[in-house]
Amino acid sequence: MVDISNIHKTYITGNNKLHVLKGIDLKVDAGEMISVMGASGSGKSTLLNILGILDNHDHGEYILNGVRIENLNERKAAMLRNKFLGFVFQSFNLVSFKNAMENVALPLYYQNVKRKKRNAIAMEFLDRMGLKDWAHHLPNELSGGQKQRVAIARALIAKPKVILADEPTGALDSVTSQEVMDILTDINKNENITMLIVTHEHDIAKRTQKTIRITDGMITEIIKN
Amino acid sequence: MFDLDRWQEIYHVLSKNKLRTFLTAFGVFWGIFMLVIMMGSGDGLKNGISQNFGDMATNSVFIWAQQTSVPYKGFTRGRRFDYENSDVRALDEAIPEIKYLAPRTNVGGFNGASNVIRGLKSGSFQIFGDYPVFDSIDPVNLLQGRFINELDLKEKRKIVVIGLRVKELLFEKDENPVNQYIQINGVYFKVVGLFKSKRTGEAASFDNQRIHMPFTTCQKTYNMGDAIGFFNITSKDGIQVAIVEEKAIKVLKKRHAISPTDDAAIGHFNLEVEYKKMVGLFLGIRILVWIVGIGTLLAGVIGVSNIMLVVVKERTKEIGIQRALGATPRIVISQIITESVVLTTFSGYFGLTLGVGLLELINYLLDKSGANTEMFLHPGINFNVAITSLAILVVAGAFAGMVPARKAVSVKPIDALRYE
Repeated sequence: MVDISNIHKTYITGNNKLHVLKGIDLKVDAGEMISVMGASGSGKSTLLNILGILDNHDHGEYILNGVRIENLNERKAAMLRNKFLGFVFQSFNLVSFKNAMENVALPLYYQNVKRKKRNAIAMEFLDRMGLKDWAHHLPNELSGGQKQRVAIARALIAKPKVILADEPTGALDSVTSQEVMDILTDINKNENITMLIVTHEHDIAKRTQKTIRITDGMITEIIKN
Repeated sequence: MFDLDRWQEIYHVLSKNKLRTFLTAFGVFWGIFMLVIMMGSGDGLKNGISQNFGDMATNSVFIWAQQTSVPYKGFTRGRRFDYENSDVRALDEAIPEIKYLAPRTNVGGFNGASNVIRGLKSGSFQIFGDYPVFDSIDPVNLLQGRFINELDLKEKRKIVVIGLRVKELLFEKDENPVNQYIQINGVYFKVVGLFKSKRTGEAASFDNQRIHMPFTTCQKTYNMGDAIGFFNITSKDGIQVAIVEEKAIKVLKKRHAISPTDDAAIGHFNLEVEYKKMVGLFLGIRILVWIVGIGTLLAGVIGVSNIMLVVVKERTKEIGIQRALGATPRIVISQIITESVVLTTFSGYFGLTLGVGLLELINYLLDKSGANTEMFLHPGINFNVAITSLAILVVAGAFAGMVPARKAVSVKPIDALRYE
């Protein structure tokens, strides 16, 4: 599903060059659930952003679901993100002026699905997250756990191949964190969606099939849980 | 197609900071408001001045006789002379550029008035002897009867066409003046027509006090012999009347033994030159109005652009989220441009409406108060100008949104997402 080899990434700020990724090779099969761990600044988020086509890599090869990701213009990148990828962020990143249902429906809006239809689908997904009664609430009326569940519903609605989660439990307490992880593992099992989770919590990482440790821009360890 | 999500977003963006939106909108509102008011006032001034011309052919020249100022061919200076009937044919033959040539006389000399009597009523009016062609140079609205025709001229008929004011003073209110007789300087004439001036204001009341009779009748009845009072000449379409004017003066000088260097002997007035001066003046005013108006509008639009930049900056993260979820640059750009266009068009439309409303109010008050409208009449902007300015607004709004929109998509999605 995800196949990267020899990925390099350097950030240039003024005269400073920061070599963040120094040749990453990684193969993730369809339906795998993998966690990525590492100290802050190790490059784990950068890797996730490159996998999410939110950022571009300098060297190496990235093949996502058989499509070579290289020199994409923003339009193509946006369409690939919409079609293949779902994002879950630490800070939820819900659109503040849209209610839960509209937030979930947003990816379908960009696919030009009619409002009635996409809202109906969004309701279905919210129902699965147990949030049907909260569909018409704005994000600031929801708790952290609820917000993250809305975000997961939003990541799922376009039926992506891969879900990329950047510290999905970083802003949640331990009980809610486990609930969110329950949902993610369920999805992984039942829908066979590939999942990459960046985290620095060991008990979160333990719940995935494989943990990849990144140190200083390179994969140093792959642990099977 | 109506897109509820798009309008929800526009509403969210514009209502987030209402005072800021209002102040920005006010800039555009003020720009278009000023443009409308200035344009309307310019038009009012133009209408006021042009009403003095009526439907008069503006490519016309008046030529009359004065006193010579240079001795020539044995004549001393200070000689008086008259144009004669034979001059008409000579001018016609010598100058092919002439369209209408109307020799005219008036009773009592230029600007003189004659006593006109009907029964117990009397009045002082201007009496002209005219060719039928005169009606083509300075047309009037014929209310009843007819104007002078060729047969009248040929048979020297004693008929007159009278102005509306003449009728009001000499006839009863519901009396039909046609086929009635009036006495002018002791001679009876039959009224065959009644007219009303096409001008308005003071110029019109002047016109309505005129009486026209056949040129030949006038010459014969009042013992003028062969003399012509003055010429009224128009040039053919597309030819400057100044050319005709110059040639006519040359011909007349030769025929009346006037020195070619004598500039005082022949009086002449070129309406076209005056008219062009006026047209030039109004064009100047119009250009000025557009420059100032567009300038003001531009300032407003730049304000919109500025605020959109701020809005885009504030929403960087939100736009980043949308892009992560699959919003293409096209969607983002069109969203921001729509916001900008909505803001400018809405406030501009408001300014346009209020401006036109104010002009209408002024118009109404002017009409109602019966104020002297010699210089200012019917201020207003025409429909095309209104539509044009609205179109300018929409385009300007789009341009105002362009820079912020480009800025919004120039940021990498990941940088936008990280923005706090």
